[in-house]
Amino acid sequence: MNLRLHIWRQAGPDAQGMLRTYDVRDVSEHMSFLEMLDVLNEELLAKGEEPIAFDHDCREGICGTCGLVINGRPHGPLPRVTTCQLHMRSFKDGDEIYIEPWRATAFPVLRDLVVDRSAFDRVISKGGYISVNTGNAQDGNAIPIPKKDADRAFDAAACIGCGACVAACPNSSAMLFVAAKAGHLGLLPQGQAERSERALSMILTADEAGFGACTNHYECEAACPKGIPAEFIAMLNKDFFSAALASRD
Amino acid sequence: MDLRSNIPGGPIDQKWENHKADLKLVNPANKRKFSVIVVGTGLAGASAAATLAELGYNVHAVTYHDSPRRAHSIAAQGGINAAKNYQNDGDSVWRLFYDTVKGGDFRAREANVHRLAEVSVNIIDQCVAQGVPFAREYGGYLANRSFGGAQVSRTFYARGQTGQQLLIGAYQAMMRQVGLGKVKLHHKKEMMDLIVVNGRARGVVMRDLVDGKISHMTADAVLLCTGGYGNVFYLSTNAMNCNVTAAFRAWKRGAAFGNPCYTQIHPTCIPVSGDYQSKLTLMSESLRNDGRIWVPKKQGDTRSPEQIPEDDRDYYLERKYPSFGNLSPRDIASRAAKEVCDEGRGVGPGGLGVYLDFAEAIGRLGEKTVSDRYGNLFDMYQQITGENPYKTPMRIYPAVHYTMGGLWVDYNLMSNVPGLFVLGEANFSDHGANRLGASALMQGLADGYFVIPYTLGGYFGQGGIERISDDAPEVRQAVEATKEKVNRLLSINGKRTPTSFHRELGKIMWDYCGMARNEKGLRTALERIPALREEFWQNLTVPGTGEQLNQTLELASRVADFLEFGELMCLDALHRNESAGGHFRTEYQTEDGEAQRNDDDYCYVGAWEYTGEIAKSALHKEPLTFENVKLATRSYK
Ligand SMILES: Cc1cc2nc3c(=O)[nH]c(=O)nc-3n(C[C@H](O)[C@H](O)[C@H](O)COP(=O)(O)OP(=O)(O)OC[C@H]3O[C@@H](n4cnc5c(N)ncnc54)[C@H](O)[C@@H]3O)c2cc1C
Ligand code: SF4
Ligand code: FES
Repeated sequence: MNLRLHIWRQAGPDAQGMLRTYDVRDVSEHMSFLEMLDVLNEELLAKGEEPIAFDHDCREGICGTCGLVINGRPHGPLPRVTTCQLHMRSFKDGDEIYIEPWRATAFPVLRDLVVDRSAFDRVISKGGYISVNTGNAQDGNAIPIPKKDADRAFDAAACIGCGACVAACPNSSAMLFVAAKAGHLGLLPQGQAERSERALSMILTADEAGFGACTNHYECEAACPKGIPAEFIAMLNKDFFSAALASRD
Repeated sequence: MDLRSNIPGGPIDQKWENHKADLKLVNPANKRKFSVIVVGTGLAGASAAATLAELGYNVHAVTYHDSPRRAHSIAAQGGINAAKNYQNDGDSVWRLFYDTVKGGDFRAREANVHRLAEVSVNIIDQCVAQGVPFAREYGGYLANRSFGGAQVSRTFYARGQTGQQLLIGAYQAMMRQVGLGKVKLHHKKEMMDLIVVNGRARGVVMRDLVDGKISHMTADAVLLCTGGYGNVFYLSTNAMNCNVTAAFRAWKRGAAFGNPCYTQIHPTCIPVSGDYQSKLTLMSESLRNDGRIWVPKKQGDTRSPEQIPEDDRDYYLERKYPSFGNLSPRDIASRAAKEVCDEGRGVGPGGLGVYLDFAEAIGRLGEKTVSDRYGNLFDMYQQITGENPYKTPMRIYPAVHYTMGGLWVDYNLMSNVPGLFVLGEANFSDHGANRLGASALMQGLADGYFVIPYTLGGYFGQGGIERISDDAPEVRQAVEATKEKVNRLLSINGKRTPTSFHRELGKIMWDYCGMARNEKGLRTALERIPALREEFWQNLTVPGTGEQLNQTLELASRVADFLEFGELMCLDALHRNESAGGHFRTEYQTEDGEAQRNDDDYCYVGAWEYTGEIAKSALHKEPLTFENVKLATRSYK
């Protein structure tokens, strides 16, 4: 198939960016979306031009490194599929495709389609863990955890930290990401001791990092490649308010 | 070169305990005075950084990723072994030790492997405490599954995302220390060289991947936790950015490289679909618990799999290895697949594939149970191939997956360069010539959580680490060397892209140093790699500058190192005139095509020293002795 691509080019963090148009020919439906860009980049290089910078690593949908806004949708047209797992069979001959980076104040563009998501790490560094030092653990089977709780915690823990939720949100809120972490740890017995403090601390850090507030648009849930349900946000809010109340007295 | 393994004395099951008691301690107030650079934040690096910071050391964690959570460990699917014997099926530390030594085809150090088996049980406890959501049974207790090369069920898992969950646990523990100010994170920084001063490893040179700045950092010790080098083959299951640079540069600074030719080819990966292919996707070995592997009995049988009746199918693993069947170890299963494809019985485009069939399992367990166990893998398969594995068998083929070779380390995980420690896949230590499934995660976390915290203290406790000046000549020289390399790459102005060189190198490696090797092929590779390297340095194109985010430059720098390292691998493969585990030399096989070891002449670790020219690298031997598991021909029949 032949396609026309409109791709965001930006030389550096402070440079002005713009969409540029590229035509690609003979794209196989079995290629992944990123392989299609690889082929384009090889062509650009052959012409002595600078290739399009984009982030990626595992290409298996698990590391959370890739992330492109494709025709206005983070990670493209398919639900629950990361950019790297998207294949060209989802497109047809003659399509025009718009490819842009995540856009959010807290995720500045570094170059072309690459953004800086270290704000997520700062959020985790302020509470996104269970405070246990190496060597203190009791036997793994000492606390039985009902299968349904473990499974539910897993559903939240499946977050890959890609940032699509932020990119999809009109407010650039990170609440789904924060809620996934709070949900993962808060559903397990090991995570109870710090549960409300964790919620408070992560939300305050996210605010400081420049993420917006959640006003219940649920775009995050639709964009999330791991299907993290927005109901974890409700759980997070509950923890947050009980912590905020407790910290008053 | 002095290769002392420093294995403690005493009976095998007391060595580690005794050693810990003998190691010097650093008192808590003094720990604050030591700084450590940890390069890599995968399972090995993140667990080490977190634990060392908890103990009070000042830790610098370096990664080229934008976030430490993206290390390649995240992609591990199947599980992690531990000798918990929760299943009451006869497992024990001894059995895990035995399976690993045997699985490694008697080319690993017994003492290291035993320690690994001992601490395996603590890993699970630690991870549970951190909130790793391992699979549970209905009663709330931890669940297990089986993996290749074992007859007990000792693999812990978190759906098909075990690596992700373990790494998130270690990452969170490390980020907690970042929040507390004990770990300083350097992300988007690539280590380009090792700084050695007065014979000790004292720092690293780094390139900032965003603005291109080249800087250095010094410390009292350096830990390389930089993963494996499978991407020397271009196509592998490794993440796209995995590379050998950190280990290779350390080698050039004097660290010995152990068994570089030991590569693991994983039997169950999605076959190549076209020239544009950028990487290969693993289908977890856990699938072999319930999936049955077969090819048609007849050559060139083009019927669709559903139309091939039972009688016309060859379940070749079950036939050849009745006691382990579909769960035969990886090297054996991969070779068997190659064999049937070489016979013209392969399936799918180009005949490079075999079926992994779940029809029987779905009949026995129902689609729901199969989906609970492997749902995400089935989805991934369908996403990539467009075929539904619930309806038609998967097509799989072996692919490069893991590298058992790595920098040589002693029992303390220290290389022959004092102060340089190597953890995880980057070292050579525990898997011999073949790694068993679910043992890499175990080793990475064992090294980081439970070994290095003791042995690093032992090193510091011995004293003798002098203060060094930030502009010591060795520091300046290393920084200059990096600048020179970068400038050279940028100034060739040739025609070929780094990827085209990488792909060509990968093909040479796969054809001549892949699943089956022989003298003739290896000699061909040893001629072609230097020629390709020469062309690289004359005809490479890297547009843009060094002072910007320049992914072509990053790749070019890594490919430059692969082009040298590939030669070292072939040298090692050529010198080892035997077959062992993943190293299969066609000249050395038994009558029925199994690997034939030569214990009289090759029962050693081949450790290579850089002498200024790859082709003249010097081989040193660390003899291996087997006092507890008797040297025997490995049989899975
Ligand atoms: C698809 C797949 C599935 C697997 N499944 C399993 C499994 O089920 N069970 C199992 O036991 N094993 C499995 N393995 C193997 C296992 O995942 C790896 O061996 C293990 O995770 C390696 O961990 P590590 O910490 O040593 O290195 P990695 O996780 O590879 O981390 C390397 C780190 O080093 C950094 N780094 C490297 N070079 C530099 C440099 N020059 N400068 C700065 N930073 C650098 C990287 O950024 C990264 O942080 C699997 C492997 C693959 C490919
Ligand atoms: S919640 Fe979903 S969209 Fe957001 S970072 Fe996690 S995986 Fe990505
Ligand atoms: S590249 Fe890892 S999730 Fe897409």
